[in-house]
Amino acid sequence: MTLFLEQLLNGMQLGVTLFLLAAGLTLIFGIMGVINLAHGSIYMIGAYAGTYVAATTGSFLLGIPAGLAAAALTGIAVEFLVVRQLYDRDHLDQVLATFGLILIFNQAITMIFGRQPLFVGLPEALSGSVELLPGLFYPLYRLAIIAVGLLVAVGLYLLINRTRVGMLVRAGSTNREMVRALGVDIRLLYTAVFALGALLAGLAGYMAGPILAVQVGMGEQILITTFVVVVIGGVGSVKGAFYASLLLGVTDTALRAYLPGLLRQVMVGPEADALGAGISSMGIYLLMAIVLLIRPKGLFAGST
Amino acid sequence: MLKSLLSSAVAATLCTSAALAADPVKIGMITTLSGPAGYLGQDIRDGFQLAIDLEGGKLGDVPVEVLVEDDALKPGSGRQIADRFLNDEGVKLFTGIVFSNVAGATVPEILDAGAIFVSPNAGPSEFAGKGCHKNYFVLSWLTDTMQGSAGRNASDLGYKNAFVLAPNYQAGKDAITGFKRYFDGEIAGEIYTRLDQTDFAAEMAQIKAANPDVVFQFQPGGLGIAFLRQYQQAGLLGSIPMVIAEPSMDHAILKAVGDAAEGLNVSGAWNVDLDNDTNRAFVASFEEAYGRAPTMYAAQGYDTALAIASALKETGGDVDDTEAFRAAMLATGFDTTRGSFSFGKNQHPVQDWYAMQVVRDDAGKLALKTRKQLMAAHGDPFAADCDL
Repeated sequence: MTLFLEQLLNGMQLGVTLFLLAAGLTLIFGIMGVINLAHGSIYMIGAYAGTYVAATTGSFLLGIPAGLAAAALTGIAVEFLVVRQLYDRDHLDQVLATFGLILIFNQAITMIFGRQPLFVGLPEALSGSVELLPGLFYPLYRLAIIAVGLLVAVGLYLLINRTRVGMLVRAGSTNREMVRALGVDIRLLYTAVFALGALLAGLAGYMAGPILAVQVGMGEQILITTFVVVVIGGVGSVKGAFYASLLLGVTDTALRAYLPGLLRQVMVGPEADALGAGISSMGIYLLMAIVLLIRPKGLFAGST
Repeated sequence: MLKSLLSSAVAATLCTSAALAADPVKIGMITTLSGPAGYLGQDIRDGFQLAIDLEGGKLGDVPVEVLVEDDALKPGSGRQIADRFLNDEGVKLFTGIVFSNVAGATVPEILDAGAIFVSPNAGPSEFAGKGCHKNYFVLSWLTDTMQGSAGRNASDLGYKNAFVLAPNYQAGKDAITGFKRYFDGEIAGEIYTRLDQTDFAAEMAQIKAANPDVVFQFQPGGLGIAFLRQYQQAGLLGSIPMVIAEPSMDHAILKAVGDAAEGLNVSGAWNVDLDNDTNRAFVASFEEAYGRAPTMYAAQGYDTALAIASALKETGGDVDDTEAFRAAMLATGFDTTRGSFSFGKNQHPVQDWYAMQVVRDDAGKLALKTRKQLMAAHGDPFAADCDL
């Protein structure tokens, strides 16, 4: 039972990390109609900038503003210099341009930091484990990630549903032309949304730093999964991205943890392990296929 | 008619002799330089280049030209690069491949074209047994044996049951098969992770639940760093010991992992502190040339260059006569950074294996220290199936 709860927490932690990335991606895709493959690179830049500052100064807290600022500024620069030219072009052009950005960012990071992964330790205050239930020890840092992810989710909910900016964002994702016709500076709004998305990606990257290896190409690994989240949740829906991230995180973790064991009941050990690993790595894509069969526009596509 | 024939014959002769005198031997290096595992290819390239630079642009007194291309860890691009090298550049001698999945797609292409491949790292088991080939040489190790050495180490350290993890791809499966081959105890659990997986929280929970004597894991490159740090963060490092083979704890990973690595039991065929002349010279000149400590990949790249140098010296730079090249290679008239080295029947290494441990040196820095010899002049179990 404690093992199951621990796996559930692991799933949630993966889920909220995905959410931080997917929220930005779905906003950018839903509101501006831009497919931004470079979102993963911004995640990487946030991780590198934050981790570098944290490793140099020895302070985990100082890394936070550094990572966030680097990611947001990169986001603004990307929007201003590249994506802005592409709003009226078709998706293929956007994919090509942002794919080019991935290559450029990866190479630039390699030139600045080299190929060796960066290292930063856990912040001292968060390095231990806590006993949540008798016998259930869980690393404090992972709990902190879950907490930050949920806080961001609440914050985004309030921002989008309770503020004027949020109203414009919602309006923009429903009917872009009408918002423009009403005299709203849509270009400024676009830049702001892009920067916000980049900021969240940078946050996800920096928080992943002490757990994962901060290395070139780390963004592409998670980008595909993030796109799956966006598609399952419904393009443009932050609420959808939230539920889809958690669903995906928990499903993925549960398949990894339990499928080989279940298969071992019906077949020989090594084959069950290999087949289980195979199916669990397909799991999220199967989930996406099933969701799309039932709801072709995603779980929460109502808002668009 | 006769005149033009004559003149073209003369021209052809001139060309050939001019080629012999001036054209360097082209060596096609297909290696992984980008992505998280890029440092592996980088070290192989730098180690290889170091041997050439020390000889002033030559290998075995023969001028060489190294063409380096990045396969980005994609079997398809490895194959395309091989095609281009073979057809457009006329390359006859290949090296560089890091990963066995790239080798699996690329090496047959090279061998079918009658060219030679000398592997500085990749050693898939399917090319060591029935699939062995007279123009295919491996200077590194088989994944099976390398990871198996960790199994021998675990038994040597007295552990009775082990939990094993590796990514779900060819080398991962070879690793677990190898570990089981050399480990005398029981397997408490077996997990195949995803090759693109960087978060191992679910696996940590399973290890904790199984509570084995020892954990064996094979996660190459950046994955290994993530795994070790999460192992420490999950509080397992103090409670369940771990054995790993050197690819999971090379000198670059050691630097990145930091304190989480202290005390780990490692096994492998090469270490910076191996006491032989070639190794001492290599480590010193590598550090001087590149300003960083060499990894095992750099040593293997260097050894590959030394082996090629000895063969080129013997054949006078002729790579078209593959039989002569092969005879020169198999004579192993070269020293390696690993000390004793010879080729088995399948043209894979027969070498010594060592148990090492991560300890603090006198300056308080973490270093990989060779503890004892685990296996002497050890070949691999696949050689018996090879018909060479």
